[in-house]
Amino acid sequence: MATTSTSLSAKIVEPTIFELSSPGRLGVTMPASDVPEVGLPPKELLRSELPLPELAEVDVVRHYTRLSKFNYSVDDGFYPLGSCTMKYNPKINEDTCRLPGFLYTHPLQPIETVQGNLVLMYELQEWLKEISGFAGVTLQPAAGAHGEFTGVLMMAAYHKQRGDIKRTKMLIPDAAHGTNPASAGMMGFSVVTVPSDERGNVDLKALEAACDDTVVGMMLTNPNTLGMFDEHIEEVVKLVKDCGGLMYGDGANLNALLGIVRPGDLGFDVMHFNLHKTFSVPHGGGGPGSGPVGVSERLVDFLPSPLVGIVEEGDDDIEPLYGFVTPKHSIGRMKAFHGHFGGGLVRAYTYIAMHGPDGLKDIAQYAVLNANYLQAKLRGTYTIPFDRICMHEFVAEGRFEGSDVRALDIAKRLMDYKFHPPTNYFPLIVHEALMIEPTETENKDTLDKFAEALIKIAEEAKSQPELLHNAPHTTPFGRMDEVKAARELVLCCWLPEGYDSEK
Amino acid sequence: MNIPSNLKFAKSDEWFDAASGAVGISDYAQNQLSDIVFVEILVEEGKEVAAGDAIASVESVKASSEIYAPAAGKVTAVNSGLADKPETLNSDPYGEGWMIKIEGGAAGELLDSVAYEAYCAGREH
Amino acid sequence: MTYIPISPNERDAMLEKVGVKTLDDLFDAVPKKHRFPELSLPPALTEMEAAAHLADMASSNESVREHLISFLGAGAYNHYTPAVVDHILRRGEFYTAYTPYQPEISQGTLQAIFEYQSLMTHLTGMDVSNASHYDGATAAAEAVNLAYAQFRGKRKKVVLSPSLHPQYREVIRTYTQGLELEKVGDGESADLEADPEALTSLVDGNTMLVIVQYPDFFGRIHDYTKLIEDAHAKGALVCIVANPTALIMLKTPAEMGADIVVGEAQPFGIPLWFGGPYLGFFTTKKAYIHKMAGRLIGETTDNRGQRSYVLTLTAREQHIKRERATSNICSNQGLLALASAVYMSTLGKTGLQQVANLCYQKAHYAATELSKIDGFGLCFNDTFFHEFVLCCPRPASEVNEYLLDHGILGGYDLGQDYPSLANHLLVAVTEMNSKEEIDTLVEILKEME
Repeated sequence: MATTSTSLSAKIVEPTIFELSSPGRLGVTMPASDVPEVGLPPKELLRSELPLPELAEVDVVRHYTRLSKFNYSVDDGFYPLGSCTMKYNPKINEDTCRLPGFLYTHPLQPIETVQGNLVLMYELQEWLKEISGFAGVTLQPAAGAHGEFTGVLMMAAYHKQRGDIKRTKMLIPDAAHGTNPASAGMMGFSVVTVPSDERGNVDLKALEAACDDTVVGMMLTNPNTLGMFDEHIEEVVKLVKDCGGLMYGDGANLNALLGIVRPGDLGFDVMHFNLHKTFSVPHGGGGPGSGPVGVSERLVDFLPSPLVGIVEEGDDDIEPLYGFVTPKHSIGRMKAFHGHFGGGLVRAYTYIAMHGPDGLKDIAQYAVLNANYLQAKLRGTYTIPFDRICMHEFVAEGRFEGSDVRALDIAKRLMDYKFHPPTNYFPLIVHEALMIEPTETENKDTLDKFAEALIKIAEEAKSQPELLHNAPHTTPFGRMDEVKAARELVLCCWLPEGYDSEK
Repeated sequence: MNIPSNLKFAKSDEWFDAASGAVGISDYAQNQLSDIVFVEILVEEGKEVAAGDAIASVESVKASSEIYAPAAGKVTAVNSGLADKPETLNSDPYGEGWMIKIEGGAAGELLDSVAYEAYCAGREH
Repeated sequence: MTYIPISPNERDAMLEKVGVKTLDDLFDAVPKKHRFPELSLPPALTEMEAAAHLADMASSNESVREHLISFLGAGAYNHYTPAVVDHILRRGEFYTAYTPYQPEISQGTLQAIFEYQSLMTHLTGMDVSNASHYDGATAAAEAVNLAYAQFRGKRKKVVLSPSLHPQYREVIRTYTQGLELEKVGDGESADLEADPEALTSLVDGNTMLVIVQYPDFFGRIHDYTKLIEDAHAKGALVCIVANPTALIMLKTPAEMGADIVVGEAQPFGIPLWFGGPYLGFFTTKKAYIHKMAGRLIGETTDNRGQRSYVLTLTAREQHIKRERATSNICSNQGLLALASAVYMSTLGKTGLQQVANLCYQKAHYAATELSKIDGFGLCFNDTFFHEFVLCCPRPASEVNEYLLDHGILGGYDLGQDYPSLANHLLVAVTEMNSKEEIDTLVEILKEME
């Protein structure tokens, strides 16, 4: 497919790996075979062509090094992306997750040979339980959305096991992230949207009207995507549980709650963690994440299998033997093997070990302080639709009286000030939303500079709107033609003519 | 905002021409969706549809929408040219942008052009 | 205050600007009786202490490079990763970057993943690849989602080959438990020695998808062309779950007519890492692009006339389609897709062919030598790539225990998943197994009583 390409007329900044290839060049080579040679499978089972690139190692390194320089990253600067928690990624985590004992263990090895891994997983399960107030934790899900799906499956299994099969509706606030209704939809549930009130809380009257015995439960993010801690959280939970529903907590915003309050204590039945948000696992340009899920007592039996547990108790002289256990009514397996051990679990474990209970509370306190400080600095210049003490993030409107500048333009112009833009156009309930989450790992100078940049952009919106409409101007690339990308689909590299033949 | 007076409109923004049986999306709809990149027509010629059945799926650069039959009846034609040129829905929503033709059944709850204009005006917030 | 850069003076100035007296005052909205819990966690370690503690935990394991000779595969393989891969992955510009939603400052990620997509289409022969799924098993489950969406829920049957990885079949069942689907083909009485065409009898007008593995879980190579023709005649789609190393040598699933080709790309530059994170690749024919879940990167130009890349067709995804989305997937395995692209680029066509050839040759040497031992033999006669089934004179679990005492991971005990194969070991051989290691395995098994 798609051997046509815009590359024929556009300026090529960095050629693709295919364009850099030259037949006959060698990169890393393997030793010769040390065993007697046997014939290959019959010709009908072999492929005839292998159109893969041929480059020397130096060319590969230069290509990827050049590409890396087009990226903005946390190591470069501030990323105030709401609900993403782009905090600093500690370097020690990079070393610990690459220790050979972790790197080179196969998931199917006998448990006696991998007790180090199993102890780490078991302790992490226990720590996450303690941090969130839950009775059980699975480390298996690969990402937040995967954790959500796991949670929804458990909710469905719980009701089914009690014979309560008429429950098919999931209550989801209007401010929710798209993965929430998508997860409910994957289970065949219908979604009932619950509005927010003018203070950014769940509208209790609407919620009450929606709660009946056909409700599976509610998926709630608290603090929500407006950055608000629901002022009636206990009533919300009570209404849902009184009608027999379960409370699902989207843990994307857990950074505001570490050491402050435990979702399990507030009555949540199930919650997913985003280790790549709250627990500093790096975002990797889009993944991998890690989405463990915690559950209350009544859902413990439904956790995915396998779970890490103690399979042989220890005593004064012998350590317990850790292994895998299957919960009694497990919903099944969410992915192959055990979860994102290397990338996610080891890093999160190292992180929690280096914070302890006091360090975790510091995280939440300073994440919330930083957000409120920014909100205070921008108040007056930007409209803040829900103007009360926020948690770790807040939402401002990216528009001004008498100007046609929108959130998109502000976001693009921020890049000229060397900042990554905040989340925009989300949550859907605020017009031209700019959702700003500084996290706790930004110093006051950065926050001040960011506020200054936004205030300057507000001025530019009135005096030089065209500058914003065409921004960014100083980045390696400018605004993209997204319509062309979707209408003239080119999803693979163009191959130069004569690509495969030796020159 | 273009709202031809000879057409009827559903609140979900489909238009229906009782004379030809043609169905499409209104100018308001294509404007809201903005650049349309994908159209999938879900019914074939000869199929019976009820008013309100999903007959097509439309995706733009930033949004996605299902299109519902504004009337019941038998599908007598399908505009297969839209698959290759989805942007026709933006440029000519009432002409070349027709999606299917339905014949023979009762119309669903539809507004005339005047009522639809008022309805659209009320939605701006 | 481990990574927090705010000094006490700065904190006080900020509190004043916000208008509260103390940090705790920021949390008035939290119900008082649950506020500020005492967390029972170990006190904070410094970096030096944490490094030592983690090193202790890691070294208490027996790993396949340092302690054990390994012939264990079954979905995760011990391959050599060139040094270049980790060097690139450790660049902060790549690993600390976010999802490339702002393409102007993310062309590094976007072009690298676009190249990954291209590499995967060339490897599988298919038309298009997405930016990846969590792993091979969830990619297979997403193939079911695609087929379900393609038929708009009107076809409700999935035919699963019994020689598809057991964990993949488990995941598919977990994923689809809300959809009321019929899943057939892999029951306990399934004939493991039957040709793939045997599955055809299960395909009918209600079948949305047939899923087979290539090479299959037992390492066998089958040509699925006829099965695919027959399935297509009934209107069903076919998904082949493929091993990427094998694809370097073997006829592509595209040539057989497959509609969807998915698999586990861990062998391509990703360490064993006790099972994850790994990389699920997902490729299809052009016709299914709009039903495909996951991120997709496309080429375009920017307003300065430069060739560039963006996330495209985003209206397919959950943040727009919400409850109507094919899948709820939000992220991809970004950094690991980069790893596999760097792996493929660094080894290149020739290096990769060498890897595949070494795996093939060494596995066949091992199979020949092992089958010469009294009481042992090759279970299936089919052509294989780098994994094969060894019949043992005793339960595989006992053989493995004996081998482990001698520092060897023998292979996967198939009795765990297939009751009729309790005396059968699935043996994997890669370029990492020297002739000496294979000879050692043979010698030690000869001595087993």
